[in-house]
Amino acid sequence: MSDELQRLADSIRAAAAARSPLRIRGGGTKDFYGQALAGDLLDTRGYAGIVDYDPTELYATVRAGTPLAALEAALGERGQMLAFEPPRFAPGGTVGGAVASGLAGPRRQAAGGVRDFVLGVRMLDGRGDDLFFGGQVMKNVAGYDVSRLMAGAMGTLGLILEVTLKVLPRPAAEATLRLEMPEDRALETLNRWGGKPLPVSASAWSGGELTVRLSGAAAAVRAARGKLGGEAMDADAAARFWEGIRDHRDPFFAGDEPPWRISVPSTAAALPLPGDQMIEWGGALRWLRTQADARLVRDAASKAGGHATLFRGGDKSVGVFHPLAAAVARLHRNLKAELDPAGILNRGRMYADF
Amino acid sequence: MNVRMNDTAFLRKAEVVARLRERLPRESVLFEEEDLRPWECDGLSAYRMVPGVVALPAGEEEARHVLRVAHALEVPVVARGAGTGLSGGAYPIADGVLLSLAKMKRILSVDPAARTARVQPGVRNLAISEAAAPYGLYYAPDPSSQIACTIGGNVAENAGGVHCLKYGLTVNNVLRVRGLTVEGEVVELGAEALDAPGYDLLALVTGSEGMLAVVTEVTVKLVPKPETARVVMASFDDLGRAGEAVAAVIAAGIIPAGLEMMDRPATRAVEEFVHAGYDLEAAAILLCESDGTPEEVEEEIGRMTDVLTRAGATAIRVSESEAERQRFWSGRKAAFPAVGRISPDYYCMDGTIPRKRLGEVLAFIGAMEKKYGLRCPNVSPAGDGNLHPLILFDGNDPDELRRTEQFASEVLQKCIEVGGTITGEHGVGIEKINEMCVQFSPEELETFRRVKRAFDPKGLLNPGKNIPTLHRCAEFGRMHVKRGALPHPELPRF
Ligand SMILES: Cc1cc2nc3c(=O)[nH]c(=O)nc-3n(C[C@H](O)[C@H](O)[C@H](O)COP(=O)(O)OP(=O)(O)OC[C@H]3O[C@@H](n4cnc5c(N)ncnc54)[C@H](O)[C@@H]3O)c2cc1C
Repeated sequence: MSDELQRLADSIRAAAAARSPLRIRGGGTKDFYGQALAGDLLDTRGYAGIVDYDPTELYATVRAGTPLAALEAALGERGQMLAFEPPRFAPGGTVGGAVASGLAGPRRQAAGGVRDFVLGVRMLDGRGDDLFFGGQVMKNVAGYDVSRLMAGAMGTLGLILEVTLKVLPRPAAEATLRLEMPEDRALETLNRWGGKPLPVSASAWSGGELTVRLSGAAAAVRAARGKLGGEAMDADAAARFWEGIRDHRDPFFAGDEPPWRISVPSTAAALPLPGDQMIEWGGALRWLRTQADARLVRDAASKAGGHATLFRGGDKSVGVFHPLAAAVARLHRNLKAELDPAGILNRGRMYADF
Repeated sequence: MNVRMNDTAFLRKAEVVARLRERLPRESVLFEEEDLRPWECDGLSAYRMVPGVVALPAGEEEARHVLRVAHALEVPVVARGAGTGLSGGAYPIADGVLLSLAKMKRILSVDPAARTARVQPGVRNLAISEAAAPYGLYYAPDPSSQIACTIGGNVAENAGGVHCLKYGLTVNNVLRVRGLTVEGEVVELGAEALDAPGYDLLALVTGSEGMLAVVTEVTVKLVPKPETARVVMASFDDLGRAGEAVAAVIAAGIIPAGLEMMDRPATRAVEEFVHAGYDLEAAAILLCESDGTPEEVEEEIGRMTDVLTRAGATAIRVSESEAERQRFWSGRKAAFPAVGRISPDYYCMDGTIPRKRLGEVLAFIGAMEKKYGLRCPNVSPAGDGNLHPLILFDGNDPDELRRTEQFASEVLQKCIEVGGTITGEHGVGIEKINEMCVQFSPEELETFRRVKRAFDPKGLLNPGKNIPTLHRCAEFGRMHVKRGALPHPELPRF
């Protein structure tokens, strides 16, 4: 066992014995996300490095403290990528943080979310036990899928030590198109396109403008451009635009109103809520900038068959994450109690009561 | 003493039947020996057990009643879909309830705009694609058993299929599961929106072999049917080279819509059955499919052909029509029945390995054929590293059955040793429970037990499957192999 791994395990064991909470942290680029931060800092950045990357096997095994940028650069050199486009928000984020937060970027609807790319994890549970689940192969149904459970668990069930992520070749060709249209038409159009074999890999509508990205074989992108119409964007400007959406540097995300991240079925009608909206993921993600009451926002999301997260800032006492149904909440508490019996790991970061 | 035990069991069974009948019609509760017989095994037919009672709820309310009764009386419950599982996941328990979801087979809705379908658990996999076809959509995961197996069983096993390399497994294509906890409480996991709040319990329940919850409704993703698809059939005169060609395709940045391998014993067995026109002289053939727009497919087929030629293919054919494409695949889909004709019994393995170790593992299987004196044709979705070697044996010969099980166990341990897993898509069930002790450490197995306790503290849902007890591992006595490396690899083993 490396010294650093030993240190992490010892910290967890000591904290468990003392029942004193730990706050797991990589680069801190997502400190804003979730409920209040509590406990002694446990920094993962000392446990870094790419353990195994074989482009022909389409996976990379990476230590949690590895800078996300370092992994993306290594993949880029071999013409591959993390297809879920994890948002970075700021420089310095780690791979562990990207997986634990479970956040995916513009390609989410076309390619899948973080959990769709997790093949295996090595983790320390709340007892400090060193555990492996899943592996490096795409198909694996031995035992329960604990590795996918770690994606998006916000570090509340264990400290991710290493993660094996499925990687994909970068698309051979891309094009970005821009079309003028009102919200209703954009929703209808995106869903209609979604039902056709078109290589749409990202979409963003705001302020009467719909921007779509096509990715795939050159022939497919060319053919789709003809079918979709609109104005083609210059490649550099397009790359900047999508990075702005992915990392929230787009002007839409500037300003004082807290952003809500509302996911609904892609066909849900325009949400009747005050404030500016940006629609991503073919209609399945609605960003909302508003000072409106949390109850209003959550009711609208629930009615549309979705859920709303108070993404950044605002009054967190309303609960950052959408409340869970009682039976599901009970399963959450049971899992937490089983995997982290002392209740020390990122306690209350996801829901206040566990 | 014996008599009294039987009396107790009898009284208990009578009580279970009586309580079930409070809410289920007579014909939905089976308890006579002759009615129970047909339920004694799943696709792993070497293992049989007559269940105590079979309950066939017609809807979620009735299913809830079954669970509540079983929970109150502390009787174990085994959920069952179509019973096509190959690892004994639906193997019954003698004094338990077998909960068949077969009557819950309604397609509740197909939403072409949202590209989703909401279905009951007993709906057959293929029926979903058939219902979606009028809208130019289909459900991507397509196990070879798709005409028979149910979506509930697919969720419970995280089933895969020919198209999984490009379109993902069940877990990647299910948006929401509605289910019942062991107490009969309704839970909704996942959502028709994306990235539901809280833990990813949907992923956790997928592949959990009916041990965490009973699935009563599923919302699946539908995807647009590609405009066209074509398949390249490449012959190789060496198994190892065919294995390397698989890795070469992926290395070239191509994600085929399907990439499968059949060795010569397999092509010979199926050719007689399907007349697909396979190259019977080749040591192995690869089927490599491209789908998309006609332009895209044209371009990709060209690249595939290049890579396969450079990888040493001795002959290449490309399907020129949809009928021909279907014919090329027909042998793959019919492999099991075809093999069933040349041998009284066969045993299907399911290990997954890193693609680059394919040649090595195939050679190992060849050596095992000699060691145990049993034939073992191979039909494998090799593109995702999954292997389905079929050991041919005669179940009436106890020694052949014993040799078959040892053969299989050695191959599974080899899969672990090269960094793979004992099961890619068929599940652990009762079949591979010993090998779980090799793949996982005692602490990892304990974590699985903890997860189980979080959902089912009394251990009433499908007990005895998937996760071995400590005791069982001690009896099996084989050591845990750490992540693709045996402890002390420098020491000779055999
Ligand atoms: C010829 C043949 C080919 C096959 N090919 C493939 C293939 O290509 N890919 C593949 O992945 N598999 C394949 N299989 C295996 C099998 O078809 C799959 O595992 C399938 O998903 C099982 O579905 P089922 O409805 O038959 O489930 P069953 O066999 O009835 O049950 C399987 C497991 O699921 C549980 N279960 C069933 N329904 C529910 C429910 N509603 N809620 C909770 N738990 C439930 C059972 O308890 C059991 O543990 C094949 C099998 C055969 C016989």
